[in-house]
Amino acid sequence: MNRETSRREFLAGAAAGLGLGAVIAVTPAHATPQEMQDAIRKVVGSAPVTKGRVKLELPPLSENGNTVPLTVSVESAMTPADHVRAIHVFTELNPQPEVVTFRLGPRVGRARVSTRIRLANTQTVTAIGELSDGSFWSATAAVVVTLAACLEDA
Amino acid sequence: MANALINVPDRTRRGEIVEIKTLISHPMETGYRRSQIGARIPRDIIRLFVCTYNGTEVFRAELHPAITANPFFVFSTVATESGTLTFQWTGDNGFSVTETAAITVD
Amino acid sequence: MVALAGASFAAEIPQAERRSGYELMSRETRAMQDDDTANPGMLAVLEGGALWARKTGAGGRACADCHGDARASMKGVAAHYPAYDTTLKRPVNLEQRINLCRTERQQSPALAYESRELLALTAYVARQARGLPIDIPVDARTQPFLDRGRAAFYRRQGQLNLACSQCHDDNWGRRLAGNTIPQAHPTGYPVYRLEWQSLGSLQRRLRNCLVGIRAEPYEYGAPEMVELELFLMWRARGMAIETPGVRP
Repeated sequence: MNRETSRREFLAGAAAGLGLGAVIAVTPAHATPQEMQDAIRKVVGSAPVTKGRVKLELPPLSENGNTVPLTVSVESAMTPADHVRAIHVFTELNPQPEVVTFRLGPRVGRARVSTRIRLANTQTVTAIGELSDGSFWSATAAVVVTLAACLEDA
Repeated sequence: MANALINVPDRTRRGEIVEIKTLISHPMETGYRRSQIGARIPRDIIRLFVCTYNGTEVFRAELHPAITANPFFVFSTVATESGTLTFQWTGDNGFSVTETAAITVD
Repeated sequence: MVALAGASFAAEIPQAERRSGYELMSRETRAMQDDDTANPGMLAVLEGGALWARKTGAGGRACADCHGDARASMKGVAAHYPAYDTTLKRPVNLEQRINLCRTERQQSPALAYESRELLALTAYVARQARGLPIDIPVDARTQPFLDRGRAAFYRRQGQLNLACSQCHDDNWGRRLAGNTIPQAHPTGYPVYRLEWQSLGSLQRRLRNCLVGIRAEPYEYGAPEMVELELFLMWRARGMAIETPGVRP
C-alpha cells in the first residue's frame, strides 16, 4: 500500500528543480493524523466506519517502542455468510500510517490475531475491521511509549 | 539464513479452533533509519505471510515496516481434516521461506 | 587488595533483596520471555542447536562429536562462567571458551564477537543452564580478577563520573529516562534486548552502559570486561539463569 511519491519527496524534487541543488530528500520523521485518515479512506472508500465490534488490546505504557505487543479481535460468528474479511491497523505518528492488514475468512474460526508492532512515539493506534457484508468497524487504543536508557552509539 | 519457530497443536478434534503461533528471524529494516554518515539504510522487510491448510489459504498478513523485527503472529484456524499446514514468508530482496507443520485431526 | 580510595563504597544489595531484571519488567515483556514459542531469543537457541551438530574446520568435527547431547553435557555449565583457564592463567567467559574449543580442538577460525553464530552457540549452551543457580567458585587464582572487577563496579568513571553501583546498588527500582533501573544481574545472557531487536551478549550491554555514562567502552574480550563479568556473575550467585532472557 505505498504511495508512489510522498508529499515530501515531491517537495524535495521541486526544490531541486528550482536549482536549490543540494537539497537532501527529507525523510518524514513522522506522518500526520491526516495521512492516517487518507490511508484509512483508501481502504474503506466512501463507506462509513462505525466505532464498535472491534477490540484492540495494547499495553497503555510500553517499555520500548521497538516491540509493542498488539492483539486485535472482532465479534463475529465467522460463518461463510457472516464473517470478518480483514483487519487493518494504522498509526497516526509513525513514518507511515499502515501497520499491517490481516486477511481472514470463515476458516479462522475466531477473528483474533496477535503480533508485535513498532511505535515511534506516544500515540493512538486504530484498527478497522472489514466484514463480509461490506461494513467497517473500528477501535482505537492509546499507548505511551518510553525510551530505553543507555543506548549504543548509533 | 532465517529460521522459524512454529507452534501448532499436533493433535486435535474436528471442528476445534486451534491456535497457531509463528516467529521468524528477520531484521525488518524499516527504510527510515540513517547510518552514521547520514545515508538512508534501505528497506528490507517481509511483505507477506500466508498460511495454507492442505492447499487452501486460511490466513494472510500484509506487513509494513511497523511490524517488529522477527515477526510474530498468533492466529487460529478451524481443524477440518488431518494434513499439512504450510507457512510462507516473502519479502524484499527475494526473501522467501516456507515451513510446514503436520496436523492430525480426529 | 586494590585501593578503593575515591570511590564511595555503597553497600552490596542484601541477598534477600536481590531481584532479577525480569521482576521489574512489564507483564507483556515477561510473557514474551516465559513463552518458548514466542521468545525471539529461542530463534538463536534453535540455530545454536543446529550449529552444535555441524562439522567444521580442518578435522571436520562438530561440538557434538566430543560433547554429545548438549542437554546432558552442557547442563549447568553457563552458571559457572566466567571460569578460570589453567593454560591462559586467567578467567575466560563462555564466548571465549567456545572460541578456544573452535580454534584448538576444531581447527576452525574463532567466531567474531557478537556474530550471529557465536551468539547462537552461546545461547544454546547457556540455555542448558536455565533454572539453575549461578555458582562462581572463587579461589586464590580467581580472587585477584574478582577484586579488579569489583573495583571497576564501584569506581566512578566517564564524563558523567558515575559508578555502576550508584545506579544498580543505590538506585535500582527507580526510573531513568522512563525505564526502571535494574540491579544488573546477568541472569539472562545472551539476552534479546527489545532496544536492539536482536540477541546480544553481556559485553554488548556493558558497552551500552559505558557509552551511557560517557566513558570509553572496553573492547570486546578485553580483560577488564571479563573481570567485570566475573564480578557481576559472582554478585548474582544463587540467582537462576534465565537464558534466553528478554529485556527492554
